[in-house]
Amino acid sequence: MQTVKMVVTGPFNAGKTAFIQSVSEIDVVSTERKISSAEERIKETTTVAMDFGRITVDEDLVLYLFGTPGQKRFDFMWEILSEGMLGFIVIIDSSRPETFREAKSILETFRAYAPTPYVVAANKQDISDAWEVDDLRIALRIDRNIKFLPCVASDKESVKAVLLELLYSILEEMKEKEEIDK
Amino acid sequence: MALKGNLRDFSVTQLLNLINLARKTGTLTIEGPTEAAWVSFQDGKLIYAQVGNEDGTLTGILLRGGLISGRQARAIKTHASDKDDKSLGLLLINAGYLVQQDILASIRQYFRDIIYKLFTWGEGFFRFDAGVLPPEGRITIRLNLENIIIEGSRRMREWERLRDEVPNLDMALDFVERPGANIRDVNLNVEEWKVVSYVNPKNTITQIAKANVMSELEIRRVVYGLLQAGLVEIVRPDGMPLPAQVKQIKPIDIEQKESLVNRLIQRIRSL
Ligand SMILES: Nc1nc2c(ncn2[C@@H]2O[C@H](COP(=O)(O)OP(=O)(O)OP(=O)(O)O)[C@@H](O)[C@H]2O)c(=O)[nH]1
Ligand SMILES: [Mg+2]
Repeated sequence: MQTVKMVVTGPFNAGKTAFIQSVSEIDVVSTERKISSAEERIKETTTVAMDFGRITVDEDLVLYLFGTPGQKRFDFMWEILSEGMLGFIVIIDSSRPETFREAKSILETFRAYAPTPYVVAANKQDISDAWEVDDLRIALRIDRNIKFLPCVASDKESVKAVLLELLYSILEEMKEKEEIDK
Repeated sequence: MALKGNLRDFSVTQLLNLINLARKTGTLTIEGPTEAAWVSFQDGKLIYAQVGNEDGTLTGILLRGGLISGRQARAIKTHASDKDDKSLGLLLINAGYLVQQDILASIRQYFRDIIYKLFTWGEGFFRFDAGVLPPEGRITIRLNLENIIIEGSRRMREWERLRDEVPNLDMALDFVERPGANIRDVNLNVEEWKVVSYVNPKNTITQIAKANVMSELEIRRVVYGLLQAGLVEIVRPDGMPLPAQVKQIKPIDIEQKESLVNRLIQRIRSL
């Protein structure tokens, strides 16, 4: 039996847990806690360790989706999480510009830990305040070669599309490597 | 009563505030993360500061402040080694090499910079020895602490932000590839050019700082600016070992991995 993992990361409250929940066959093994600090009390619960979702592919293969904790003081877990992952997804709350800078910094950190393919999901596109993907790409200075996809984390189809794009990127990267090796 | 503890519990800002308000006289010793510092006060005013192995003699300070050249500094060291700072200062003034104002400004700047550095120390043992003053012969000044505290706090906030933005100085930098963009078209200042000339996945940020004799704060500030401008990006330095498991995953031969990814794709499509 083989297991592979992908990591879902992004700032506090971006929608990481919702994203994983949409496609996981098990209830997200969540480590949600009531929020203690006033500054972050814009929502009831937050993820304190990591989210954990599962998609069984066949008898021999299971995909795990790990969500990083959103609050800064859990940075130390990122390195552990990034080990051995196939790729990662950065979730952005498109409606809260105050989190863009942090999103970018999380992206940089992860990319530095693990040179795997990644995609960026502009989440909460159903909210009227949401920035458009093209604007977000400029605001966050995301390279044109990186896939940047609109997303609504509670919508399964939308989450599937993001996961598929990541898998396509992984395939593409493998093909490129093969070319180089030849 | 001994005034000692750890900066974790009582910060540099709080210490300076206390010394200022209580008009204390004595020397504060702090053992920071990598070096120690000694700062002396008289009646709550900063009069003297020294840090680590830095050459805190007048010659060292003037050299740092650009008032004398390296050659001149060496000449002073060999020919006037018997003179203490006060006599040396007088000598330089009387000989017409320097004016008193410049010497004092340079010392003030040097002491201030040391204190600003202390603000970035989040941890370290401190001890205040009442009544202890700097060695005889050293030049002292009198600086109000209020302004230093305000400026220091401002820098501390900047420092905290920069530390968040550029968390790991063991990483390297690389130029962002942007078609049509040319680094020569960008207006960079001297410091930025210095850093840019070392940008290469082979050099860690720490190494770049060393090569340019920049402090952590200075290098972070420049790197932050370059990142913000979208000119460079942070990359894993060449040769830095990957986390253990990434290495383990690598040996999977590519065909096997391709089949694995294709199976994942099929499955997710069918969800
Ligand atoms: N409208 C809308 N709301 C969303 C979307 N995704 C998530 N939310 C809401 O945003 C809030 C945060 O979602 P979570 O999934 O808990 O976010 P998280 O990133 O796991 O948060 P932390 O673990 O605390 O960092 C919740 O109230 C979600 O219901 C979306 O696409 N659209
Ligand atoms: Mg969560």
